[in-house]
Amino acid sequence: MDANTEDMELALLLDAIFHKYNYDFRHYAMASIKRRMKQAKERFSCRSYSALQDLVLHDESVLPGLLSYLTVQVSEMFRDPHYFRALREQVIPHLRTYPSLKVWIAGCSSGEELYSLVILFREEQLESRTIFYATDINPEALEKAEAGVYELNRIPTFTENHRKSGGKSSLSDYYTAAYGGAVFDKTLRERVVFSDHSLVSDAVFAEMQLISCRNVLIYFVRDMQNRAIGLFKESLSPQGFLGLGSKESIRFTDHANAFSEFNRVERIYQKQDYR
Amino acid sequence: MSSGLQAIVIGASAGALEALSAILPGLPAGYALPIFIVVHLPPDKDSLLAEILASKCKLQVHEAEDKEVIRPGTIYVAPPDYHLLIEHDGTLSLSSEEQVHFSRPSIDVLFETAADAYGDKLVGIVLTGANQDGADGLRAIAEAGGKAIVQQPSLAFSPFMPKAALDACPAAEAMSLDMIAAWLQSLSEGSAK
Repeated sequence: MDANTEDMELALLLDAIFHKYNYDFRHYAMASIKRRMKQAKERFSCRSYSALQDLVLHDESVLPGLLSYLTVQVSEMFRDPHYFRALREQVIPHLRTYPSLKVWIAGCSSGEELYSLVILFREEQLESRTIFYATDINPEALEKAEAGVYELNRIPTFTENHRKSGGKSSLSDYYTAAYGGAVFDKTLRERVVFSDHSLVSDAVFAEMQLISCRNVLIYFVRDMQNRAIGLFKESLSPQGFLGLGSKESIRFTDHANAFSEFNRVERIYQKQDYR
Repeated sequence: MSSGLQAIVIGASAGALEALSAILPGLPAGYALPIFIVVHLPPDKDSLLAEILASKCKLQVHEAEDKEVIRPGTIYVAPPDYHLLIEHDGTLSLSSEEQVHFSRPSIDVLFETAADAYGDKLVGIVLTGANQDGADGLRAIAEAGGKAIVQQPSLAFSPFMPKAALDACPAAEAMSLDMIAAWLQSLSEGSAK
């Protein structure tokens, strides 16, 4: 098939999803979206993106399945243990000085990063004074995050990561094995607010001391990265912290000057209190 | 066809460093094309690959950064634990999507997105390796009209990967490392005019 026609059809499909359902993937990095939508096209047995557009416009039950292709849901607990070690050893001492804390896990997907942070805060005795906001655009992912059940075969990696991050307890303290899954303790969710929020179209909703948003911005085009970092800047209290993925940076955004590089290697930034 | 080429993609696994060291150091400064490389690496290690290659090459070599603008005469190496993708607007993207053929970065992901972005202006090369990553990607490059090359399997440190690529993409040309090196150098002479 003519490649240009196919690109046009894909753009129209994303337009259709936006106009009908208000999910805006038009400013996502296209190479990745295309790979995944090609898989979606096969899964829904559609000959073309136009056929898939017809399907999703007229059958709302198709949308959740399609969203799971449009959003990437690959994570681990304590992924990149050195990032969590840096939070523990360098950021936590600052956060201790606050009487109450707000932490935002932006693009929390199925919750691995969220539980990692809650466990870390519990180990550091900060959990009881913290509210965690876990947001994502994908309702199915949020449901998974809220359920906190992970396949048992992932637990060895999680456990090893937790240990390398400087964990002060055993990860097995936080879950019970049942029905082939590891069910994480519901008390870990007592301080968590789960919410639907889009970095593309939604606004600031609270003042945070820490925002962790890892491997989310890489799926955006640069303008959108810029918007998201601007949103984080507005959401952070003075001297608040922003943690990004190991290959993400604020360097090329309009907001680079608003932050200092708190830990350059781990991509942890601190908002300057210039006003 | 060589004068119209716009990019080169290379995939390698077991034995990669030696094979790349036979190909890349001979390329002259001012080489006209960007080169993108995926090598299978352990995900939890900081890779020294870009540094090692940089010390051997006349071209600039660095680890690819997300949304970086692609420049000619530069060698981009995929970072460990991230896929490297080519966008239509002349930039790179990284992604932490699922592994493909147990690999992240995956050769197929680079090759397929590059084929989509560059069409028939692309050269794809599958070198030594012990799995089948790169086979589908090389076929995608050939189907888009690009040039497909594999390291002659019988001469490869690990023949499985170039063999799998050749099976999936019979149009691919099998060459020794010396031939690949000479062919890539000849591209530069052609395009310099």
